[in-house]
Amino acid sequence: MKTGRCSVSLQVMSDLPVVALDGAVSLISGFPALAGADLVVEQGEIVLLEGPNGAGKSTLLRLCAGLAPLHDGAGTVLDCDLSSRPARRRVRRQVGLLAHASALYDDLTVEQNLRFWAAANRVDEPAIEPAMQRLGLAERLRDVPVSGLSAGQRRRTAMAVIVCRRPRLWLLDEPHAGLDRSGRDLIDDLVLAAIDAGASVMLSSHEVERASGLLDRSSGPSRAVTVVGGQVRC
Amino acid sequence: MTATEESATSLEQTVAGATSSRFSQVFGTLTATMLAVFLLFALVFSPPDVSQRDAVRLFYIHVPSAIVALYLAFGITFVASIMYLRKGTDFWDLLAGSSAEIGVLFCAFMLGTGMLWGKPTWGVYWQWDPRLTSTAISFVLFAGYLAIRRLDLDPTVRSRRAAVLGIIGFLNVIVVRQSVQWWRGLHQGQTLDLVDSQLSGMHYFSFFLGLVSMTMVFGWLLLHRFRVAWLETQADAATLQTALAERQAEAADYTARPPDTGGPTTTETEGI
Amino acid sequence: MLNDALLLAAKDLRVERRSRVLTGQVLPFGLIVLILFGFGISPDRRVVEAPDRTVLEQVAPGLFWLAVLLSALLALGRSFAIEAVDGNLDALKLTGLDPAGVFLGKALAIWLELLAIELLLGVGSLALYGATITHPLLLLVTVLAATTSIAAAGTLYAALASGLRVRDTLVPLLVLPVLAPVLLGATLATEAALFGPAGDGWPWAGLISTFAVLYLGAGMVSFGVLLEET
Repeated sequence: MKTGRCSVSLQVMSDLPVVALDGAVSLISGFPALAGADLVVEQGEIVLLEGPNGAGKSTLLRLCAGLAPLHDGAGTVLDCDLSSRPARRRVRRQVGLLAHASALYDDLTVEQNLRFWAAANRVDEPAIEPAMQRLGLAERLRDVPVSGLSAGQRRRTAMAVIVCRRPRLWLLDEPHAGLDRSGRDLIDDLVLAAIDAGASVMLSSHEVERASGLLDRSSGPSRAVTVVGGQVRC
Repeated sequence: MTATEESATSLEQTVAGATSSRFSQVFGTLTATMLAVFLLFALVFSPPDVSQRDAVRLFYIHVPSAIVALYLAFGITFVASIMYLRKGTDFWDLLAGSSAEIGVLFCAFMLGTGMLWGKPTWGVYWQWDPRLTSTAISFVLFAGYLAIRRLDLDPTVRSRRAAVLGIIGFLNVIVVRQSVQWWRGLHQGQTLDLVDSQLSGMHYFSFFLGLVSMTMVFGWLLLHRFRVAWLETQADAATLQTALAERQAEAADYTARPPDTGGPTTTETEGI
Repeated sequence: MLNDALLLAAKDLRVERRSRVLTGQVLPFGLIVLILFGFGISPDRRVVEAPDRTVLEQVAPGLFWLAVLLSALLALGRSFAIEAVDGNLDALKLTGLDPAGVFLGKALAIWLELLAIELLLGVGSLALYGATITHPLLLLVTVLAATTSIAAAGTLYAALASGLRVRDTLVPLLVLPVLAPVLLGATLATEAALFGPAGDGWPWAGLISTFAVLYLGAGMVSFGVLLEET
């Protein structure tokens, strides 16, 4: 398998930005969801995406995950060129995306889901248990089928998958939505812990006060940008 | 809004060219002449067959349309699909799609003439003749291919899926044809075919003319179908420019509305 | 690649064990199809050319494979419905699983499920249509090869239609013409296995085996394209 235009350097503390988009255009069924987006995310940085519904926030996150195509402009994520298919495939393995859908199998239990996704993501077995503990899934919820979970509990389970993966870039689409106060606090703590561990985070949120509080607490650089009309305003 | 007007005029200019060109006009005239010559031979000059009588004339057009559809049209789709997956350019994708569309048309024509021929020859419209049966299956196979192409999907996703389908579809046409032929061959002796009858040189010549003129008709149709598809992508590209401009205008409007303070807090209240 | 396949297959079978869609819905469906065929053909009818067997017994192989094919369509729909509901397909793309492994895994789960369906429908056909097996080895080879063909081609085409709103109507349109040669070969080979001589059946068993190998290969190659389509 070709690796494409994608450097194989293992150096984590790279000088290059984690995300660099220059005039990125992404079409979703012919509609320009992103219409020339420019964005740079440095290593260890939290970037909060704000903006009205349909502004392109989700597409921006999916583009950075290597899922949405790059039709025009330039873009690199984790030193991989988003315009090359094989390189996009490499990006996908290194990011953690919390999308609107939780990507869980309704008929399987919380633990079965986690074990499947962990194995699929080549996560070592011992990493699963702490992640379940951390998200409060280790007790009663462990053997509950996902179909019996509340929206917030599904969100926690989906988040546990990302925690297991330890991605270098966290892409969280409305992570606070549907969660109670303790759940939202938990998300914030996980984000801050990820930053401390050297990862970078992009998240969208409609809860401005909570999100800006999160930015203030970060040990690394952080900023909020506005996504509107498929473009990014700093 | 100048961008919109600009793209609209450029679109008009493209469409004004329509699908004909000097070459296609000459080629079209040649095809029409060839078709006329063929009909003259098929209907007038070539004598009725001893056993099939005048029904043999249907064969001149029936067999060539089968050959053109199954091998030429779907073969082009096969090659173009492979090329599309390798190169990723619109040209190959459109060629594959256009060729398959005309192939399905020829398939339908082949089935129609086959059944018309079957009635006087066998006494029934449908005999489980290997050629008819396998063409019917191939017809459905590529109808599925066209169904995928018509879906409202992301264009790249649609083209790539269609390409996979086009490649396996053609291989499948061959598998279906072989197995059906084998099946009928084992069960009952040779089905009534062109070979059975005593054909003169004139029959063969008419058949040959049929093959040539059907190929030319196919080529002419393909040329135009491809150009229509190509113009559609041009139109899409033009609308895309408009859509991009509109999308970017959204951003301009947005910052214009909350005067100067236009911060995130104002966005929130209007976002909900 | 094989590990990925086993992981996927184990997951699909676990989902099936907990949801029981196969045993609760697909199997009864296959059974009612077998019974309805009996209504359609009329169980007592005999023809003058072959008075020792009822028509139903003579066409039993074809009816059995048709019932299997129709049940397989349901199983295939289910197999990809569980990936489509909650964005699981995107999540699979994010894992870096080998596409060929994903294909083999999905096909392996379908294969095992189909074998279970065939076992029960086979017993059902023998009982309902009153046929007996004379060449068990030929039957076994036929069943294995035909099941592999259906699983491989079915998985490939169901994946082509996955994630589409029209999936449920599109999959039968795509899969059935492709599997026409398999139905043909499997029916003729099974006829030979039931009524003999076995020599008539082996070439057909060979044909569907070749088909199975071709479609396994095609699926392994093209799943990469399907999983990396955007």
